[in-house]
Amino acid sequence: MKHLDVAAIKDGSVIDHIDSKSTLKVADLLHIQNEEQVVLVGINLTSKFLKKKGIIKIEGKIIDQKEANKIALIAPNATVNIIKDYEVVKKFNTVIPEIIDGIVKCFNPNCVSNHNNIKTKQHVVNKNPIRLQCHYCERIMGAKDIVLI
Amino acid sequence: MVRFKQRDIISIRHFNKEELLYILDLAKQMEQMDNTELLKGKVLASLFFEPSTRTRLSFESSMKRLGGSVIGFAESGVSSAAKGESLSDSIKIVEGYCDIIVLRHYLEGSAQLAADVATIPVINAGDGANQHPTQTFLDLYTIQKTKGTLEGLTIGFLGDLKYGRTVHSLAYALSHFGAEMYFISPPSLQLPNDFIDVLKDRKVKCHENESLRGISRRLDVIYCTRIQKERFADPVEFEKVRGIYRLSRAMLEEVGIKNDLKVLHPLPRVDEMDDSLDATDFAVYFHQARNGVPVRKAILAAVLGAIA
Ligand SMILES: [Zn+2]
Repeated sequence: MKHLDVAAIKDGSVIDHIDSKSTLKVADLLHIQNEEQVVLVGINLTSKFLKKKGIIKIEGKIIDQKEANKIALIAPNATVNIIKDYEVVKKFNTVIPEIIDGIVKCFNPNCVSNHNNIKTKQHVVNKNPIRLQCHYCERIMGAKDIVLI
Repeated sequence: MVRFKQRDIISIRHFNKEELLYILDLAKQMEQMDNTELLKGKVLASLFFEPSTRTRLSFESSMKRLGGSVIGFAESGVSSAAKGESLSDSIKIVEGYCDIIVLRHYLEGSAQLAADVATIPVINAGDGANQHPTQTFLDLYTIQKTKGTLEGLTIGFLGDLKYGRTVHSLAYALSHFGAEMYFISPPSLQLPNDFIDVLKDRKVKCHENESLRGISRRLDVIYCTRIQKERFADPVEFEKVRGIYRLSRAMLEEVGIKNDLKVLHPLPRVDEMDDSLDATDFAVYFHQARNGVPVRKAILAAVLGAIA
């Protein structure tokens, strides 16, 4: 069967198997608007594992495990491929970290982290489904409450 | 091993069963002890960014009865916070003046923030709707003292269970002791589902009810809280539920209770408990309020390392 594909990149990173609906959130998290080189974003592509997947290809940027783990928060099935000269030289899964530092806003308006200029911090109390507990106010957030800073 | 020296007291979640019992045991010793000089030369800074006279006086009395002294302020209007200073900065400056900080603040998580910043111990005396751990310690102490044990009790929580932080903390603490819990409230003020899940994960038998009728005979303890009028958009709705959750001697006799039932309330009460209860053996809420001093003495002495 013929299908549309997202063009290849020469050197950089490919984030694959993103849950289609979360693709633009991942793009936001990676601040792709600040990239100087080619960035390709595909949504609603066919996938063997997910019904529909999203993919992001960033020319000239190498994503490390730490950055990949942030992606896991919003796209737990995502995988990262590092590309060199059109070949995959490294492939790894994203892993939800134990502590989330400075990337998720606390959803409690009365939380001290929303009033003082401090870095937010959450403890991951459950990975699937995702449940984060604010280090400060102790409130527990589910997937629907997660807003990135 | 139980270790309290230099430890922050931020949330009841941070203490295991052995640690809870250690403080209760120490409180018992404190109650039998006259004024001492255990904390002579130590200074407590009492920082109350929101007023709570009883809690503040209870801490101050506890510190002074152990021979220590107290500095501080009772409302944020007189502090540098009113001039826009951040909480972190206030804490960094104040810790140079004292050995321990007691903090009351209207923002949730403020005590944890203070503890992260300070190099000396911080005691949370209430952070918004979140935690007030010394209140929970004194609730536990009162139950243990009046029931003789904390193990295997059946507790009824009555009133505003949605916003009542004392209920959440006490229920969590009692989950260490195999308690069975009844949560009795109007539907709009039920315990949040998230919290029910937390208790169920901790193997607590939980029940939700709308009135005491039919279950009151099973209860060893009733923990009553205030239902605030402001929680209701419709004043008619408030009037309707008010009567159902108002404890009186006649009401308890009518629904039927155990002879050795004990009724607790974090106080102040408005009209959710009738005066007719006060003279009965059921009412232990005034003892409860008095228990604040030995419990806070125990915590201060343990955290400041005056007791091995
Ligand atoms: Zn928070």
